[in-house]
Amino acid sequence: MISIQNVHKSFGDLEVLKGVSLDVNDGEVVSIIGGSGSGKSTLLYCINAIENIQKGKIIVDGVDVHSKETNKDKMRQKLGMVFQQWNSFPHMTVLENAALAPRIVKKMSKAESIEIAKKELVHVGLGDKFDVYPTKMSGGQQQRLAIARALAMKPDCMLFDEVTSALDPELVGEVLDTLRLLADEGMTMICVTHEMGFARDVSDRVAYFHEGVIAEIGEAKQVITDPQNPLTQKFLSKVR
Amino acid sequence: MNFITPLSWDDTGFILTGIMNTVTISVVAIVLGTLLGLIVGFMRAESSRVVNALFGGLLDILRSVPLIIQLVLFSTFIGAMGHPLNPFVAGSIILSLYTMAFMSEVFRSGFESVHQSMMTSARSLGMTYWQTIFYIRLPIGLRAVFPSWLGVALSVIKDSALVSVIGYMELLRTSEQLISRTQQPLMILIGVGIFYFIISYPLSSYGRYVERKMTT
Repeated sequence: MISIQNVHKSFGDLEVLKGVSLDVNDGEVVSIIGGSGSGKSTLLYCINAIENIQKGKIIVDGVDVHSKETNKDKMRQKLGMVFQQWNSFPHMTVLENAALAPRIVKKMSKAESIEIAKKELVHVGLGDKFDVYPTKMSGGQQQRLAIARALAMKPDCMLFDEVTSALDPELVGEVLDTLRLLADEGMTMICVTHEMGFARDVSDRVAYFHEGVIAEIGEAKQVITDPQNPLTQKFLSKVR
Repeated sequence: MNFITPLSWDDTGFILTGIMNTVTISVVAIVLGTLLGLIVGFMRAESSRVVNALFGGLLDILRSVPLIIQLVLFSTFIGAMGHPLNPFVAGSIILSLYTMAFMSEVFRSGFESVHQSMMTSARSLGMTYWQTIFYIRLPIGLRAVFPSWLGVALSVIKDSALVSVIGYMELLRTSEQLISRTQQPLMILIGVGIFYFIISYPLSSYGRYVERKMTT
């Protein structure tokens, strides 16, 4: 369970998050939509402690993420994160990409880490690519590798930051299918996305971000098809 | 008495010593220069602008003052201070620092070629700062700059000839002595040139082999 309580975040003078509160329950899928600069990606970075916060609290499974006592490397093991840019490690094969973190972070034996990596690669449909170098694969395949790499750490929750935005249109589908699969398996997920169809069909709730606050949040179908806030209505009329 | 004697088989031992000394001082300078260059390059890629300006100034001096001047100044200065060093040690120190100055820039550009988002991805998997450096940034950065590293290493072998000016018996200096005795500069210099090529060639062909392996 992730609990975000009145979070404020500034970059210099620019306040990007102006008091965001959101609870995400275990097994829940929450999509965050909103215009660029609305702070939606920044929130994910703050949940993972890649960015610090100025005010408020983020609690992940009872651990205060931004507390000084928290071991952030340890905390990040619970949160898988996939970025807009997939960042495959180009000097390793697909299998080594997925096996690296379990081996060096969780100190698994080589055999154990390989086994878990293979399982997650099959999971995302890359079962035939173990020995391929990621630079030889399409963006969609590399993004699925990034998902498998995060899953191999057995996270409690996955954070997705616009994972289809950098992909060619014909490759978006395979990555969304993978996200859908994870949602069906009961993974807790927070997805920052521009794919309104995905937000409507896959998530339980959708939050609309506007200028650093949650302008509207509610049941996914309702927010996307029948938004109540005029700002949400305006945003959705533009992206459709 | 005849002072001009032809080159004879007895001189092979002398030439071999010269070759061995050239190889030794080159290996020392390449190894030390690479290690120091890695550390300095990493610090430059990671530090603030102020630290960089200080480092940069020192490296600029090492890179812009001709090696031959550095060698002479250093060995004269050390001698005048009352701690004369033997030519091998003095030459190794200067040649290593000179190599370090070039290597550090090579490695700095390698470290900087690895995008910040790559490190963020690694950190998000729970890797520590140093794990990210060793498993991600170092191997990717080093691959990117391997050809430049090789170029610097090859030029060090040739630059090592300058250490002869402070009295180190390397290949060029042995050949100069043979020339003054035999008065056959053309033949001897051609021979020495061939030896430098023979020393450098394995390194450059090994470099091509490594590059080929890395691209596949």
